[in-house]
Amino acid sequence: MRYMFLIYSQEVPEPLPAEEDRAIRQGHRAAMEETSRRGIFRGAEPLHPTSTATTLRHQDGRVVITDGPFAETKEQLAGYYILDCQDLDEALEWAARIPTACAGRSGCVEVRPIQAMKPVADGIHA
Amino acid sequence: MASTHELIAGVFRQESGRILAGLIRFAGSFDRAEEAMQEGFAAALARWPGGGLPDNPAAWITRVAQRKLVDAARRERVHRDMEAELQRELEPAAFVPAVLAHETVGWPMPPEEGFPDERLRLLFTCCHPALEASARVALTLRTLGGLTTPEIARAFLLPEPTLAQRLVRAKRKIEQARIPYEVPGRAALAERLASVQSVLYLIFNEGYSTTAGDSLVRRELCQEAIRLARMLAQLLPEEGENWGLLALMLLHDSRRDTRISPQGEPRGELVPLEEQDRSRWDQAAIAEGLELVERALRLPGVGPQRLQAAIAALHAQAATPEATDWAQIAALYARLAELVPSAVVRLNHAVAVAMSAGLAPGLALMDGLGADGSLDGYHLYHAARADLLRRLGRAVPAAAAYRQALALTSNAVERRYLRRRLAEVEPG
Repeated sequence: MRYMFLIYSQEVPEPLPAEEDRAIRQGHRAAMEETSRRGIFRGAEPLHPTSTATTLRHQDGRVVITDGPFAETKEQLAGYYILDCQDLDEALEWAARIPTACAGRSGCVEVRPIQAMKPVADGIHA
Repeated sequence: MASTHELIAGVFRQESGRILAGLIRFAGSFDRAEEAMQEGFAAALARWPGGGLPDNPAAWITRVAQRKLVDAARRERVHRDMEAELQRELEPAAFVPAVLAHETVGWPMPPEEGFPDERLRLLFTCCHPALEASARVALTLRTLGGLTTPEIARAFLLPEPTLAQRLVRAKRKIEQARIPYEVPGRAALAERLASVQSVLYLIFNEGYSTTAGDSLVRRELCQEAIRLARMLAQLLPEEGENWGLLALMLLHDSRRDTRISPQGEPRGELVPLEEQDRSRWDQAAIAEGLELVERALRLPGVGPQRLQAAIAALHAQAATPEATDWAQIAALYARLAELVPSAVVRLNHAVAVAMSAGLAPGLALMDGLGADGSLDGYHLYHAARADLLRRLGRAVPAAAAYRQALALTSNAVERRYLRRRLAEVEPG
């Protein structure tokens, strides 16, 4: 079962101190290397901060575009992992090893199972 | 002589948790397993009255239910083969292989002499921290306790659809997020076991402490919690906290007949420990509880269940309230407060200090706890303070504290107790 790990962190305006930044990068590298070695790594990417986000809504049959994330919350989506785990317990073990402070000082990881989808065309699989 | 129907009902009460646990693991689905178990019992009702009970009724029902599951899986496989690759990653992939994998190694016929006990795995699944806390309680009672949805709804004073919805949501999450049927490994065991223990204690406490609702249902909850705690301790006997939890329940339960006054039942009055008729405490439950506390304390480690059981044991051993070893109780509460930093524990510690070292130092300790105002909205804080003030003969502040406590609780039994105390200290 593939699980998506959504990393939510607090965004801080100033860059992190070099040492903290290094520790976070090392944490991610360790998690990616270890899961790759075990053959369960399916992808991981960081996002730019929500100051770069654009949100599109359908309202009364019109498309409305606004600047910013879909909701102003204390913690914002900062990146994701996709790992192929046996079950939720294994997924939660990995979740504990993913740094959550990639763009801020505190945060959390939401773990969601990915729904399998029918392939939409030859050679394209969800 | 019991009728076959009564015997089958007995098998259901005693064995349904174990049968269901095995079937859930076999089918990988709560709903399919429940359905198959119902078919198994229906087959028993049809067959047994003529031919008598088989040697191992639970294994018989399990076999019938497994055959139904395998038949269903075969039908689904045929269906699946038709859609072969489209279905490759689709549900119910998790279901079918689990059943058919067994088939290849000689299933669906389980050995005649018995079948594996999967209840412990299921208990960890039902009490998984990824499930909402109230759903853990309901799911545990429904699957391992053999209680029906209406029975659980009645016990927790919830509308039946609310509870049913909660169960559906929890079962769906177990299947979709793939919460495993496993006893967690060493690393996670302590934390996950604590979650199981707290669910079982919640079940017990709901039966023991709540005063609303049907007293028979509440009694049943206590018995069910004790039965599940006993099962947990027997399945994981090396964990001292499991025996501590069982001992704690037995020792509390030994006082069940004396803690609510008989007048005006079922809405009687709460009788404090010191006023209870100790001759009516259940001596068999106390004897077993004391033995289990000893056993729990000999096992490695220490934890909140064992400490609370040890405190309950000291109360149970005192022939009169005056004979209570309050100094020892105060020491145990101090240790407990280090592990469980909760207001109730610290209040109880202050009460034990008051009863052993003196009312004045106890009250000083309690006032210290509330000095920052964090306990102002907590009725037990005011009630405990009021009791100490009353014992010190300080009627006016005692009355004020009883009034504050009264303003903060809506529990009818507690209110009656507080009003009686208030009347004692108020100048008449």
